[in-house]
Amino acid sequence: MLYVTLLLDGIAYGMVLFIISVGLTVTMGLMRVVNLAHGAFAMTGGYVAATLVKAGVPFFLAAALSAGAVGLLGAGAELTIYRPLYRKGELAQALMTFGLAFVAIAVLTMIYGARLEPLPLPKALAGLVDIGYRTYPAYRLFLIAVGLVLAVILWRVIDGSLYGARLRAAVDNPRMARAVGINVNRLFTVTFGAGCALASLGCVIGAELLPLEPFYALRYLVLFLVVVGVGGYGNFKGSFIAALTIGMIDSAGKFFFPGVAAYLLYGIVLALLLWRPHGLVPPRSAG
Amino acid sequence: MAGARLGALWHVVPWVTALVVYYTAGGYLSLGTNVLIMILLTLSLDLVLGHAGIVTLGHAAYFGFGAYAAGNFAVHVHNGSLAGLLFAGALTGVFGLLTGALILHTEGVTLMMLTLAIASLVAEFANHAHFLTGGDDGLQGIRMAPLLGLFRFDLYGHTAYLYSLGVLCAWFVATWRIVRSPFGRSLDGIRQSPRRMRAIGTPVWRRLVAVYGLSAAMAGSAGALSAQTTRYASLSALSILVSGTAVVTLALGGTRRLYGAFLGATVYGVVQSFAAEIDPFRWMLVVGLMLMGVVLFAEKGLMSLVDLGRNALVGAFRRAARR
Repeated sequence: MLYVTLLLDGIAYGMVLFIISVGLTVTMGLMRVVNLAHGAFAMTGGYVAATLVKAGVPFFLAAALSAGAVGLLGAGAELTIYRPLYRKGELAQALMTFGLAFVAIAVLTMIYGARLEPLPLPKALAGLVDIGYRTYPAYRLFLIAVGLVLAVILWRVIDGSLYGARLRAAVDNPRMARAVGINVNRLFTVTFGAGCALASLGCVIGAELLPLEPFYALRYLVLFLVVVGVGGYGNFKGSFIAALTIGMIDSAGKFFFPGVAAYLLYGIVLALLLWRPHGLVPPRSAG
Repeated sequence: MAGARLGALWHVVPWVTALVVYYTAGGYLSLGTNVLIMILLTLSLDLVLGHAGIVTLGHAAYFGFGAYAAGNFAVHVHNGSLAGLLFAGALTGVFGLLTGALILHTEGVTLMMLTLAIASLVAEFANHAHFLTGGDDGLQGIRMAPLLGLFRFDLYGHTAYLYSLGVLCAWFVATWRIVRSPFGRSLDGIRQSPRRMRAIGTPVWRRLVAVYGLSAAMAGSAGALSAQTTRYASLSALSILVSGTAVVTLALGGTRRLYGAFLGATVYGVVQSFAAEIDPFRWMLVVGLMLMGVVLFAEKGLMSLVDLGRNALVGAFRRAARR
C-alpha cells in the first residue's frame, strides 16, 4: 500500500513536469530551437499569478490569466527575438536563451526580491481526501487530474485537429509543409505561445512541489531538458512517459535513498540518454 | 615581409597590458587575478566548444573539481603551490577523460544535456561529501607555502597575480601549439562535419575525448589557482553560473580567436565588478543583455570589432607609407 502512495506522489510530480515541459518539447522538436529560457517563461507566469492572488483574484482565475499573459509574451518573444535564431545554430540559441533567462531572473529579483514567493492554494485544494486505505492530499490528486485532462486534450488536438495535423507536418518536414501551403511562421508563433502558456500553468499549479523563487528558471531547467531529452524532441507521448518516469524515480529515490536521491536521478538520466540518445520512445517518423 | 613581422607585434599587447595592470592596479589587483583565472577557464572552453564544437554547459564541474583537488592537496598532503597545481590539473584531466569517454559518442543537444547531468552529479556529490568539500561552508584552512620557496603569498595579491599570469602564459602557449597542429585542425574538421572526418578515417571519438580531457585539465588548473590564491574553495565553483559565465565570456570575446578569451573575460570581469557594486542582481541583467546583444549583433564576438579597428589602423598606416 505504501507503494501506491509513492506511485501517486510520483505521478503527481510527473504531471507537473509534463505540463511545464510539453511546450519545450514542441519548441525543440518543431522549431529545433534550444530554448534555455523555457523555465523563465514558466516562472514569469508563476510570479504574475502570485501577484494576482495577492490582489485578491481567485486562484484558478489567476492561473488562467497568467497563462494567457505569458502565452502572449511568448508569442511576442517568438516574433522578435527568437526568429533570428532559427538559422544561427545551437550555440547561438543556447547563449541567447541563456541570456534571456538571466535577464528574467534579474528583473524578477529586482521586483520581488530574492526569497521564496508564496503562491497559496485555494482552500478547496488544501484538504485531505479519503482514497480508501488512507487520506491523501487533495492537491496531488488535483495535479494528477489536471495532467490527465491536459494530456487527453493535447492528444485530441494533435492527433485529431487540423492545427495538430499541420503541427505534425511542420515537425516532420518544415520545407515540405511550407510547400503545401502551411503557414509555418504563424504556426511557430502560435505554438510557441501555447507552449509558454502551458509552462506558466504548470508552474502555477505546481508551486507547492517546485517552489517559486527567482532562480527557478535555471534551477529546474535541467529537469525540463531531461524530460524533453529522454522523451524525444517533438514527441508528446514520449515526454508524457518520460515526465511520469522521472517523477516516479524522484519520488521513490527521495523515499528509499534520501541521501542519494539526486544522484539516482541524474545517474539514471545519464544512463537513459546514453542508451537511447534520441529519446525513450522512438518518434513515429523514425526509420 | 614587414606585414608578417608587424603581425607578431600584436601578440605583445595583451601581455604588456597584463604587466601594466600589475604595476598600476593597486587595490584592484585581486580582481585582476580573478580575471586571469577566468581567462584560463574561458580558454579551456574555447578548445572544447570553439574548436571541437562540443556544446557544454557543465564545464564548471572541472573548475570546481580542480579547486577542491588543490585545496585538499594543500590541506592534507603538501602546501606547495606548483605541486598542488600539477596534482589538481592532472587529476581533473583524468576525470575529464573518463567523463568524456562516457558521453562523447552523443552529439548536439543530447550531449549538452549529458554535460549538464554530469555537472549536476558532481555538484550533488560535493554537497554531500563534507569530508572532502566542507559542504555549504566550503573548504577552509588552506595556507599556501611561498611560491618556489621564495615568494610569499602576500595580502595584496602580488605573488598571486604573477603566479596566475605565469600559469596562464604556459597554458596559452600550449593551446596555441595545439590549435595549429594537425590534431587541432582535425578538431575544427570534426566541428564542421564529424561524418566527413570519419569518412577520411579520423578517429573522431578518440580526438574528442583527448581534447575534452585536456580542456578539463586546463579548467582544473584554473580552479586550482582560484583555490590557492583565495585560500578557499566552495560549492559555487561548481555552479551553472560559473559554466554560464565561461560560455558568456567566450561568446563575448569571440570563439576560435587566440585572444578572444582575454578580451571577453576582461570586459566581463570589469563590467561585473562595477555592476555588482551598484546592485548584486543588476549584474545578471547586464550579463544577460550583453549575451543577447552579442548573439544578435556581434556574432563573432568583440574580437571581430578589434579586427575592424586593427584593419583600419593598418590600412591607414599603409596608405601613409605609400605616399
